[in-house]
Amino acid sequence: MNVITDHLPEFGSGLLLTVELTLLSLAGALVAGIVVAAMRVSPVGVLRAAGMAYVETLQNIPLLVWLVLAVFGLPEIGVKAGLFTTAVVVISLYQGAYTAEAVRSGINAVPAGQGEAARALGLTFTQSLRLVILPQALRTVVQPLGNIAIMTLMNTALAAAVGVVELTAAANRVNLAEAQPIWIFVAAGLAYMALSGVVGLATGTLERKLAILR
Amino acid sequence: MIEVRGLHKRFGAHTALRDVDLDVAKGEVVVVIGPSGSGKSTLCRCLNRLETPDAGSVRVDGAELPAEGRALARLRADVGMVFQSFNLFQHKTVLENVTLAPVKVRGLSRAEAQQRARELLDRVGIGAQADKLPAQLSGGQQQRAAIARALAMRPKALLFDEPTSALDPEMIGEVLDVMTGLAHDGMTMVVVTHEMGFARRVADRVVFMADGEVVETGAPAAFFDSPATDRARDFLAKVLDH
Ligand SMILES: Nc1ncnc2c1ncn2[C@@H]1O[C@H](COP(=O)(O)OP(=O)(O)OP(=O)(O)O)[C@@H](O)[C@H]1O
Ligand SMILES: [Mg+2]
Repeated sequence: MNVITDHLPEFGSGLLLTVELTLLSLAGALVAGIVVAAMRVSPVGVLRAAGMAYVETLQNIPLLVWLVLAVFGLPEIGVKAGLFTTAVVVISLYQGAYTAEAVRSGINAVPAGQGEAARALGLTFTQSLRLVILPQALRTVVQPLGNIAIMTLMNTALAAAVGVVELTAAANRVNLAEAQPIWIFVAAGLAYMALSGVVGLATGTLERKLAILR
Repeated sequence: MIEVRGLHKRFGAHTALRDVDLDVAKGEVVVVIGPSGSGKSTLCRCLNRLETPDAGSVRVDGAELPAEGRALARLRADVGMVFQSFNLFQHKTVLENVTLAPVKVRGLSRAEAQQRARELLDRVGIGAQADKLPAQLSGGQQQRAAIARALAMRPKALLFDEPTSALDPEMIGEVLDVMTGLAHDGMTMVVVTHEMGFARRVADRVVFMADGEVVETGAPAAFFDSPATDRARDFLAKVLDH
């Protein structure tokens, strides 16, 4: 047990970085996901195709490959960004693909009459999406978005592989010094569980608050 | 006010509209009737381009409806539409439903839009329901809210696609009363309906459709008492029996 208390500062800063990575990536994924979902339902064929290409490309290559590619490839083409920033952007774009699919299923669940009524009133396609369709669509996909949030939290551990010292990397460092893997990684695992518990609670609360009367 | 020429619409192999011409004068009330599947809804939806015609033209107040984009949105704002299933925005209160488009499309201030919305809601008799969500209203109240929402844009014409078909019988009257009031105030209206009583009392002209074509058109008294075509006679015999 001492191994944990002795290294609390390392664990603490790792945990903090994990939380920061998760929150920033989630915000990014939500923005990317909504934009891409909007492209996928747009009346403009080119946008639909681009949205689909985005989702297929991002989802069909592992996140770890994207991370390694970005961390080592971007400097080659002259893009210099910190490790943390690179990780946030890559995880955002990757989770954005999954978010887009969830949001799109929400959009498809909104009755067609809602969009027709909006357009019949003179709202443009973008206005009806933003003011009428998306607010209803997002409410129906709180649960799937919560699952994506948990998946994002878990995936931040991959940032360890490219040198971001988040919780998993911090645990690994402590283990290199102390060689007590069971205690150290069980503690890290429990911390992840606690965090996803918080996400789950938040999802449940949001879902109850946002449910629309039909 | 509305000028339709040579309108054609196909869904796959099925022709829903065949060479339809229709003129609606300013202030005129045209009631469209006909058997199920005859293309009444399709015609109505082509009038504000919710459905894109394959051929033919639709002019509203002299201007041809543009294909897509902002110009189309602007023209649509001038033609209100009331749907069979109300289609009120489920996540917004009745008042927000009525103020949304005037604020976002016409650029009214929120206060101005709200004042006008309350007047309209009073006019259709649901002023007390302004702050409720659509799902908390009866069908008749929802449809009256939908009419208020369309009126808030101060449209040049209103389209109704079977506005009372989804309503319980005891609520049909309250919606028809609102529509009759609008007709008397000089609103230009195209109404698809199975309410023959309303057609007889309120319509200036009845248009009878079958198989995607306008088969017969005339003043309501003449049409109902002595239809000129066999198809209209058959149809009337069926619906007036009940
Ligand atoms: N989106 C669509 N896709 C395919 N076929 C359609 C579509 N909309 C309408 N149709 C077909 O076009 C024909 C005309 O339909 P429309 O809805 O205009 O008839 P209607 O006169 O309004 O009938 P009802 O009284 O039942 O409402 C029907 O045969 C219908 O099946
Ligand atoms: Mg119909």
